[in-house]
Amino acid sequence: MKSNELVLKTQNIEKYFYDPIQFKVLDNVSFEVYKGEFLTLVGKSGSGKSTLLYCLSTMDTKFNGDLEILGEKINGKKIDDLAEIRNQHIGFVFQFHYLLPEFSCLKNVMLPALKLGKYTYEEVEEKAYQKLDILGLRDQALKPASKLSGGQQQRVSIARAMINNPQIIMCDEPTGNLDSKNTNIVFDIFKQLAHDFNQTIIAVTHDNDFAANSDRTIELADGRVIN
Amino acid sequence: MRFPVNYDIAITHVVTRKKQTLVAALGVTIGVAIYLFMNSLSSGFSSYSRNNIFQTNAHIKIYKNDEISSPLTQHKNSVSVILNPQITTLSKTLINPNTLLDKIKKEPYITNAIAQVDFSAFYNRGNTQIKGSGSGVNMLQYAAMFNTPKYMVAGSVQDLQGNLNGIIIGKGISEKLNLGLGDNITVSSSYNVTKVLRIVGIFNMGNSISDDSKCYVNISTAQQFLKQGNSYVTTIYANTPDPDNTQPYVKKLQNITNYTVEDWKTTNADVISGDNTRKTMMNAISFSILVVAAFGIYNILSATISQKINDIAILKATGFKSKDVIRIFVAEALIMGLIGTTVGLCIGAILIKIMSGVYIGGPVGYFPIHFEAPIFVRSFVLGLIITLCAGYFPAKKAASVDPVEIFRR
Ligand SMILES: Nc1ncnc2c1ncn2[C@@H]1O[C@H](COP(=O)(O)OP(=O)(O)OP(=O)(O)O)[C@@H](O)[C@H]1O
Ligand SMILES: [Mg+2]
Repeated sequence: MKSNELVLKTQNIEKYFYDPIQFKVLDNVSFEVYKGEFLTLVGKSGSGKSTLLYCLSTMDTKFNGDLEILGEKINGKKIDDLAEIRNQHIGFVFQFHYLLPEFSCLKNVMLPALKLGKYTYEEVEEKAYQKLDILGLRDQALKPASKLSGGQQQRVSIARAMINNPQIIMCDEPTGNLDSKNTNIVFDIFKQLAHDFNQTIIAVTHDNDFAANSDRTIELADGRVIN
Repeated sequence: MRFPVNYDIAITHVVTRKKQTLVAALGVTIGVAIYLFMNSLSSGFSSYSRNNIFQTNAHIKIYKNDEISSPLTQHKNSVSVILNPQITTLSKTLINPNTLLDKIKKEPYITNAIAQVDFSAFYNRGNTQIKGSGSGVNMLQYAAMFNTPKYMVAGSVQDLQGNLNGIIIGKGISEKLNLGLGDNITVSSSYNVTKVLRIVGIFNMGNSISDDSKCYVNISTAQQFLKQGNSYVTTIYANTPDPDNTQPYVKKLQNITNYTVEDWKTTNADVISGDNTRKTMMNAISFSILVVAAFGIYNILSATISQKINDIAILKATGFKSKDVIRIFVAEALIMGLIGTTVGLCIGAILIKIMSGVYIGGPVGYFPIHFEAPIFVRSFVLGLIITLCAGYFPAKKAASVDPVEIFRR
C-alpha cells in the first residue's frame, strides 16, 4: 500500500531539444512518488511523457533541475554509477519487449541479476523461475525468447524487470502492443507488485482504463504537469 | 563450466552466429598461416646463407689492407700534389704474426684464433688448368674453428696435419680434373712455384665458390708457394662468444693492432643486405595480409553490433556498463581470433612440413625451412593483438550507444 516513504522526487525539471529548433519539452516538472505506489503518466502524444520517463530512468542526464531517487541525488553522478543504480533499483518495461533473441526466456530474465553478481548462478536461476512463475510462464522458461507470443514476450520482459527486486519499475506504454486480455494480466501484475510487494510502478500509458484504475495519475501537456 | 555474464553473452553470440564466426576466423587463419610460413621461410634462408658464410669466415678477420700513396705535401700552406696514386703495399704480411696471434688469443673475449696464409692457386692436369685459391692453415685448428670435418666426403683433416706434401681440395676440382683420394695433383702459384701434392681429403661444402676453387695445405707449404719465410702470415681469424654483436670486440681488437680488423658482417655486407631486404619484404607482405584478415573481424563485428543495437540498449538500461559492453564484443573478436590463429598455426605448420620436404636441388638441397618456436610464438601473439585491435574499435562504438535513442524509435 502507498506509504509515506519517498522513493523518487523531481524538482523543476526542464529539458530542451535543440534539433531541429530549440524547443522546451519539459517545463518545471515537480512531483513526488512514494513506496508501494502505482503511478501512471498520461497526456497527449508529443506531450513529453517518454522524455520525462527517460529523465527519471537516469539514462537521460541532459536536463536541468533536481532528481532524487531513494534519497540519493542523481544529478552529476558518473555514467557507471548510474548503471549500477539502474541495475539494483530500477526495472524497465517498454512497449517492445527487447528480449535477446538467442537466449532462453529464463536466461533473459537472469541477465540483470547475473550482472548484479550478488547471488550464485543457481540462486539466480531459482529466482528467475519464481518470477516466471508469478507471470504464469514457468513452462516457457527454456524456450528461446523469439519463439513466444507477443503477450508472453511482454510478460518475460516484466519478469526481467522484477528479477533484482528493484524498488521502482518504470514502464513506457507496457500494454501498447497487447490485446485487452493481456493488458488486464499486466495490469494485475503491476497492481500486485505495488500493493503486495511494496514496489513502485511508474507507467506511461495511453490506456484510459489502465490509468483510471491506478493509484494516481499525472497528466502532462506540452511538458507541464497539469493534473 | 560457467563464465562471467559478459563472456557468457559473447560466447552465445559467437555460437549462434556460426557462419559469421567461421568467416572471420578463416580470414585470420589464412593471415596467420601465411605470416608464419613466410617468416619461417625467410628465417630459413637467412640461417642458410649465414651457415654458408661461417663455413669460410670467422667472426673477425685481421689482415693488412692495401695502402694508397698519399699526396705529397711539403708544408701546411702549400699546394697538394698528387702524383699517380697507387698501392704502396709491398707485402701482404702481418709483421710478427705469432706475437700478435698470442696477444689476441689472450684477450678474454676471444674464444678461438688462428693464422692463415692465403695464396692464388692453379690446379693443373695435362692441358687443363683451374684457377682457384689456397689457404695455408694448421689444419686441426682450422677444422675446429670451421667445422670442416662435417664437409669431408673423402679422406680426413688429420691426414693433412704435418704432411707438407698433402692437400685437401674441393669436390668440384676433384671432379673436373678427375682426380681422387691418393692421386697427385700439380699446383702452381702466381709466384711461379709449382708443386706436386697428394690429395689426402676432398670436401663438399655445398657452395660452388668453395667447392670448385678452394684447397687447404699446411702453412709452410703455402709460404713456399709465395716464396716467403716462415713468419709470413696474411690473415688472423678470431671467434667471439656472440657473432651477432661483434662491433665492441672489433673496437677492442683495433686498439691492439694497426692492421684492418673486420667482422664477418662487413666482409659479407652484400649478402647480409640482400638477406635483410628479403626479410623486410616478406615481413611487410605477410604483415599486410594479417592486417587485411583483421578487417574481416572488424567488418563482421561491426555488422553484429548494428544488428544487435537493441540488445545493447537493453543491456545498458538494465545496468551493464560501457566497459561490460566493450568486454563482450572484444571477447567475441578474441574468440574468433583465437580460433583463427590456432587453426592458422596448424596450417602454417603443415605448409612448413610440406615445404621442408621439397628438393630444390643445387647447393641448397631441400628447402631451408624449419619449425622455429619463436616464429610460432610471434605469429600467435601478433594474430591475437591484431584481432584485439580489430575488435576494440567496433566494441568502443557499441559501448557508446545511447539507449534512450534506441528506445525512442
Ligand atoms: N531526439 C529528439 N530531438 C528533438 N525532439 C524530440 C526528440 N525526441 C522527442 N522529441 C520531441 O519531444 C516531444 C515529446 O516527445 P515524447 O516522445 O516525450 O512524447 P510522448 O509524450 O512520449 O508521445 P507519445 O505518446 O506519442 O509517445 C515531441 O514533440 C517530440 O517531437
Ligand atoms: Mg512516448
